[in-house]
Amino acid sequence: MSSIGTGYDLGLFFSPDGRLFQAEYAYKAVENGSTCIGIKCQDGVILALEKIVISKLLKPRANPRIGSVGRHIGIATTGFIPDGKHIVKRARDEANSWRDNYGSAVPGPVMADRLGNYVQLFTCYSSVRPFGVMSFVAAYDDLGPHLYMIEPNGVYWGYNGISAGKGRQIARNELEKLDFSTLKMKDAVKEAARIIYATHDEEHNKEHEIEMTWVGEETNGIHTAVPDDLLQEAEAYARRTVEGGEDEDVPMNE
Amino acid sequence: MSFLELTEPWGKPAKNVFFPTSSDVQQNAAPVISRTTQPIVTGASVIALKFADGVMIAADNLASYGSLARFFDVERLTKVGNNTIVGIGGDVSDYQHLQRILEDLEIKESNYGDGYALQPSHIHEYLSRVFYARRNKMDPYWNQAIVAGVDGSQKEPFVAFADLRGNTYTAPAIATGFAIHLALPLMRKVTDDDRWKTLSKERARATIDDCIRVLYYRDGRSLNKFSVATITADGIDFQTNQSVSSEWAFAEKQYGYGTQEV
Repeated sequence: MSSIGTGYDLGLFFSPDGRLFQAEYAYKAVENGSTCIGIKCQDGVILALEKIVISKLLKPRANPRIGSVGRHIGIATTGFIPDGKHIVKRARDEANSWRDNYGSAVPGPVMADRLGNYVQLFTCYSSVRPFGVMSFVAAYDDLGPHLYMIEPNGVYWGYNGISAGKGRQIARNELEKLDFSTLKMKDAVKEAARIIYATHDEEHNKEHEIEMTWVGEETNGIHTAVPDDLLQEAEAYARRTVEGGEDEDVPMNE
Repeated sequence: MSFLELTEPWGKPAKNVFFPTSSDVQQNAAPVISRTTQPIVTGASVIALKFADGVMIAADNLASYGSLARFFDVERLTKVGNNTIVGIGGDVSDYQHLQRILEDLEIKESNYGDGYALQPSHIHEYLSRVFYARRNKMDPYWNQAIVAGVDGSQKEPFVAFADLRGNTYTAPAIATGFAIHLALPLMRKVTDDDRWKTLSKERARATIDDCIRVLYYRDGRSLNKFSVATITADGIDFQTNQSVSSEWAFAEKQYGYGTQEV
């Protein structure tokens, strides 16, 4: 099937074979975004994002891209950065509205559904454009950990592990090797760092920085940044495994 | 006979049944405004004082329904942020709404993730603006509040008052409600003239207990079951289900109102 629809890609309307080209083009915007992965483990969820350091003048660890929503939800986005900020703002509004109405924290699946519906609305009208982001929703609530990824056309699924952005294919191959039913949060942090390092090959000359957040038992159900010392430990582990050319299936606790 | 002729006697249907515009719907009616005209379920006093290492704040666990002691396990001290306790008296439904507002504030601030934490002085300023905005709409939150905590990087003891009219003030010892008359004099004995700067935690607690005791003796809307929160640079010590002793032995020697001997 042709991926360019002559005349049918100029607005949000169906092509003769039932495709929405504008919505599909939005995926192309995300494909060039920075690599972002989510891991759902036994007792929590990890979100990790690779940030290319485009200039020495950028302040390290500043300019975060993973947002907190309420206390127990984290949202990472990759693709158009401002679209991601918009998604996070919308998610916070939804969380507030849920709390106002029901007096409790919004469940993870509800948040994913609300955001999925919102994103889908932007594929319904020619007066708007679809979102140029993949959004990762990480939540920990009464029902345990949740991980969802919302695509630019509004589709969302729950995942054990998922990746998006430039290095998504390599990351996905690595994620498929993990055993999510036994993985604990601290080990998942190491694996996340390793996977981000593994995807980094294509632009080896550029500096990069990992932004990583987590939510789960380890954090008392609060979404927060992975502590610096743990992140550094994980990055050291990642460097050893990836750059040292060791087999990637080495035990996690060396 | 046509359908229209048949249904005419029943009246014409509205042009648009989903968004009716017919005359039986009053257009541009003045919105119905209901205001808090009086408190219904009420909490009584809150007391707070500074001492050498921090602040102590206390409130009993009673919510009265008029003169009926209706609810016995109402927590009137609320933690906001990491080092602030807000104690609120007055209407309990308004208090519960203020709790929601303060929780929204807490979540909103924590979501920035910028490393700045909500301080007691910020919370007090915010709360007082909320009070003042609502009184200007002639629709007040019917409460008196004390914000207590340790403020800023220096962890300075902080105690401040805010109420339904937007009034604010600070002092080393603050009380709301009946405690303004009954407890404040006792607290001032140990805090006035910068004495709070040398006041020990134990003496502060003894003063709080004395105040609660006096309130329980003489305030008909109080309860001998209360919570005390102690906020120091080390954190918050939140104690619930506290009570004080009382002395009634002298009552046996009281007879009548003057002339009665036995």
